[in-house]
Amino acid sequence: MQAGDTVAKPMFTGPEWTFELLEVARDAIEEIALNDLGLDVYPNQIEIISAEQMLDAYSCVGLPLMYQHWSFGKHFARDEALYRTGRQGLAYEIVINSNPCISYNMEENTMAMQTLVMAHAAFGHNHFFKNNYLFQQWTDAAGIHDYLAFAKNYISACEERYGLSAVEEILDAAHALQSQGVFRYGRPPKPTTEELAAMQKVREGHESAQSVLDIWTDATLGRDKLEQIKDEPYSARRKLMNLPQENLLYFLEKHSPVLEPWQCEILRIVRMLAQYLYPQKQTKVMNEGCATFVHYYIINKLFEQGRLTEGSYMEMMHSHTNVVLQPEYDDPRYSGINPYALGFAMMQDIRRICEAPTDEDREWFPDFAGDPDWRRVMRDAWANYRDESFIQQFLSPHLIRKFKLFTLADDADQSHLVVSQIHNRTGYRSVRRDLAHSYDLAYLEPDIQVTDADLKGDRELKLTHTVRDGIHLSEEDRDEVLKHLRRLWGYDVSLAAVDAGE
Amino acid sequence: MHHFIDRRANPKGKSLGNRQRFLERARESIKERVDRSVRDKSIKDGGGIPAEGEKVTIPSRGLKEPRFHHSPKGGRRRHVLPGNKEFVVGDTLKRPQGGAGEGGKQASEDGDGADEFSFTLTRDEYLEILFDGLELPDLVEKATVETETIGTRRAGLTTAGTPNNLNLVRTMRNSLGRRIALQRPSARSIAELQAEIEELESLSERSEKQQIHLEDLRHRLEVLERKRRVVGYIDPLDLRYDTHVPEKIRNSRAVVFCLMDVSGSMQEREKDLAKRFFLLLHLFLTRSYEHTELVFVRHTHHAQEVDEETFFYARETGGTIVSTALEKMKEIVAERYPPDEWNIYGAQASDGENFGNDSARCKALLLEDLLPVCQYYAYVEIVDENAEMLLNNPEAGEDLWQNYRQVKAQAPHFEMQRVSQPSHIYPIFREFFLPKAKGAQNAGG
Repeated sequence: MQAGDTVAKPMFTGPEWTFELLEVARDAIEEIALNDLGLDVYPNQIEIISAEQMLDAYSCVGLPLMYQHWSFGKHFARDEALYRTGRQGLAYEIVINSNPCISYNMEENTMAMQTLVMAHAAFGHNHFFKNNYLFQQWTDAAGIHDYLAFAKNYISACEERYGLSAVEEILDAAHALQSQGVFRYGRPPKPTTEELAAMQKVREGHESAQSVLDIWTDATLGRDKLEQIKDEPYSARRKLMNLPQENLLYFLEKHSPVLEPWQCEILRIVRMLAQYLYPQKQTKVMNEGCATFVHYYIINKLFEQGRLTEGSYMEMMHSHTNVVLQPEYDDPRYSGINPYALGFAMMQDIRRICEAPTDEDREWFPDFAGDPDWRRVMRDAWANYRDESFIQQFLSPHLIRKFKLFTLADDADQSHLVVSQIHNRTGYRSVRRDLAHSYDLAYLEPDIQVTDADLKGDRELKLTHTVRDGIHLSEEDRDEVLKHLRRLWGYDVSLAAVDAGE
Repeated sequence: MHHFIDRRANPKGKSLGNRQRFLERARESIKERVDRSVRDKSIKDGGGIPAEGEKVTIPSRGLKEPRFHHSPKGGRRRHVLPGNKEFVVGDTLKRPQGGAGEGGKQASEDGDGADEFSFTLTRDEYLEILFDGLELPDLVEKATVETETIGTRRAGLTTAGTPNNLNLVRTMRNSLGRRIALQRPSARSIAELQAEIEELESLSERSEKQQIHLEDLRHRLEVLERKRRVVGYIDPLDLRYDTHVPEKIRNSRAVVFCLMDVSGSMQEREKDLAKRFFLLLHLFLTRSYEHTELVFVRHTHHAQEVDEETFFYARETGGTIVSTALEKMKEIVAERYPPDEWNIYGAQASDGENFGNDSARCKALLLEDLLPVCQYYAYVEIVDENAEMLLNNPEAGEDLWQNYRQVKAQAPHFEMQRVSQPSHIYPIFREFFLPKAKGAQNAGG
């Protein structure tokens, strides 16, 4: 490329975008992303969509292909109402963790915004998806499209065969348990070869005209093993049924006495998607921080190179500033900590600690303070942490002071909230620990496990909620979810609260 | 390895299926709401359905997506917040109302904190729910009874035309612009000058200075008057005329005859029920025809055509002779609605009481005169709130009912039902307009 010629010449001047301009901008961004920042990305597939299509995409948890369900329609109706009445804007972009990495850009964006969005999504998020260990270990970026296509077809085939409401009933129940449908700590037990074969048959079944799903008996699915389980004492049950089991959907799929094979397959679909999205829930700060840091770096680089007009640069900075705005706790706009703001600030801070460390930084971050290669330090951070551990490792006293963070202790037994830590020498470590803690999903989401199910006896499904810090479940919703659970299990379900005794 | 794809041409509305599923799920609540909005509104303005759709707020119960989540209350929590200004360790704060600070956020993870869920139904969705599963009797067959008329269509403005087509607004707007541009003297400035001149002229003696001033004023007046003559108030240039071009208009038209007994026995309750029925019928037909008209005929022992207001709200007393209304309808059809141009619908509401042997005459009128020209004729009998016996037994009934039963046996496009409550209206309306196969079955049985 004749890079020498284009330096000092803005890539575009007006607000209108064209595909030619997009190509030019993408190439310029890519140059910086790969050769300067050293990013490693999936091939990009950038799709231009209209506002309506963005609304469509939104309502289906941002996935390009999704089975149909009323709750997506509900979200669509709400988003549309908010958008049409101007109470809510649309996202500029949606990115999908897939290979190739698909990102949606809206046609309404100006050329400057398209440039920003490409740097943010097609390179920032893309790099994060490809390199972060959670995504690497838990998601299959290459296979997700095929899986989504399978899920959509399978569910619509079930709707034809068993009726909309029968499928809806299962999906409603499965959705209610989606947060309890992931493996947090370890891989699921591998399916046996017979199970794999049977699942394969079930999946193919919906496409083959001769097959009737109903003939998939327990024997084909290896479910006759349940017969053995029935005669086992509790200790042996625990072993055979992998108890206690945190993944309720998995447990139901494997052991529910009443579910038909097709219903189990639907549970499995919901569970697979929950698992696929789980790393995103754990890395909001890092993922947005990474994308924001990357677009900020690239935009400034492009501007330095003279490839952006001042006007476009200002437009991008304006948008950037809005995105990383962190209102203070007493500001009416305050609604929690903005993941873009925190992530971006932390990553800028890591660079600062590498480039211009203070004595305090050297004391706190002996491993990388003053490291000449901040890009490598950053890439390591992106690759090897999730929000909780990232904050625990990298949040500096400097930033705690900058954000003026403080901890409020909220004990229901006390009539008042107490300021327990502030941004001073004695408080740094506690504030950092408390903040990190608040991003730990294992702590944020209720810990509910299957502890026993005696298939020989009363068949009651026994769940245990481990109560930490005296925080109980919201009762109304709990009872509703239990109704769904009962439907999937077919027999009584009990939920016991046990104090963690910390 | 990378590429752009333009997806804008892809069909949007990918989530249409989801939206339909959602509406299906919310249908009961939406129906309630739709029903409520229909109740008080006038028939003629389309039941108050705005052209762009109907905003619907429904309780989110049944639309909830419950999840296990922590209660926002109780327990021991630590919140980290930004923006400390003056706090030191140990300071205490009042607990904010309604939840524990930002801890409240996680309580409604799927955003379902609100009790009400509001969104906009499109007009089509609204009507679809209103007429869910209904079908116009003989729709396919009769929809071809479209008439072709020669009409005219407005086709913009021209600078030449006949005075009766003068577009006054546009003409005056042009005139005003031209007068401003050419600085046409206003009548007021001339009047002021004249007044000043008169004042000077009326003096018995004028100084030389005054004399010169007077001359000057006269001169200025002359200039203004000349200019006023040259720059006319309306110039031929300003004129604009509407033009119309002839056009063939294919249209399908329907007229709904609303016949109601308004004698003393028809109280507010009875009329309200009748109104709901007529409203539904009108809305339904509006959807099928470009143009629908309503004719309101009320009767006691004689019948008259009235407007909607009088039809529903005025009260009359006197005996009841139902056939007068049918006669009236026959008369109006003959006068104004030639059956080869109009789809004619009859809807009759009554409490079923009739004078002497008038019912037989009604039967004859229907069979011989009205049903042959009607697409459909529906009779609703409004009975007492606790007339279980009548509701459950179609064979029981007064003279009029019995005679109408004989009509029904002969004419498949005649339907009759009994109602006693608002909630009956919709189901019986549905039954009237069920797909034809079902209707025929009913007629047979």
